[in-house]
Amino acid sequence: MSNLKIGDRALPFALPGVDGKQHTLEEYADRQALVIIFSCNHCPYVRAWEDRMVQIQADYADQGVQLVAINANDVVKYPADSMEAMIERAREKGFNFPYLQDETQAIARSYGAERTPEVFLFDQQRILCYHGAIDDNYDNPAAVQQHYLRDALEAVLNGTSVLISETPPVGCTVKWK
Amino acid sequence: MEITFLYFEDCPSHTEALARLRQAVAAEGCAADIEVIKVESEADAERYQFAGSPTIRVAGQDIAPIPPDTRYALGCRAYRHPDGRITPLPPLELIQRALRTAQQVYPDAEALG
Repeated sequence: MSNLKIGDRALPFALPGVDGKQHTLEEYADRQALVIIFSCNHCPYVRAWEDRMVQIQADYADQGVQLVAINANDVVKYPADSMEAMIERAREKGFNFPYLQDETQAIARSYGAERTPEVFLFDQQRILCYHGAIDDNYDNPAAVQQHYLRDALEAVLNGTSVLISETPPVGCTVKWK
Repeated sequence: MEITFLYFEDCPSHTEALARLRQAVAAEGCAADIEVIKVESEADAERYQFAGSPTIRVAGQDIAPIPPDTRYALGCRAYRHPDGRITPLPPLELIQRALRTAQQVYPDAEALG
């Protein structure tokens, strides 16, 4: 169960990214919506969904949507989640969003993230409007029935209520130290 | 024909994967006993040489090649669709191919109906 509830404010972070820079919550203050996705390299659920993450960022960038992926997995037990591997994955998949490492796992713990991928969508005031899965079909993007994140983004951008504000995140567990 | 289905509870695709395995067995007309094993610890993962959830072995053979750098651990397993997409769910075609191969290797295995 997430620590953040619908209606809660985004929690601050300052984390290194695959671009070698430090990224903070504040730097996205001018964006209409902020999508934080706890993610990683090795999880097959993430790998099944990551092209859709790239497409969502591409589709909504012009409307002021910023997606940020955060990898909090223990790199000792899961070397495939090291910063070096993250840099390679971001390059290989053409990530068009920051991909950050939460090495201490403090941010994942503060948000209460449990799975990868796990979405937290915040509106312009950085109020949590949607939490859960990206959509309802990890296996086949062509068979998706419920576009949870896209639908929530449309609602946030149109200033209307998010109809489905919470779904169970589906994926691997965060690999804690 | 012996079939082993190994899974780790935290990887959510196992329920659908087992249903898909049963569908494949029925479609191929195999007389198969499916042994379902829940892998619950890192020691279990080592003991069963568990390459991730779900793992399916048909007549002792894994349905998909295991990469050489794989470590046996409690984790979720990646498969590939024929078009190259990654999925946590073993594709039906992959399971069926493994069943057909096993039936060719063990032709005396009893066929259903």
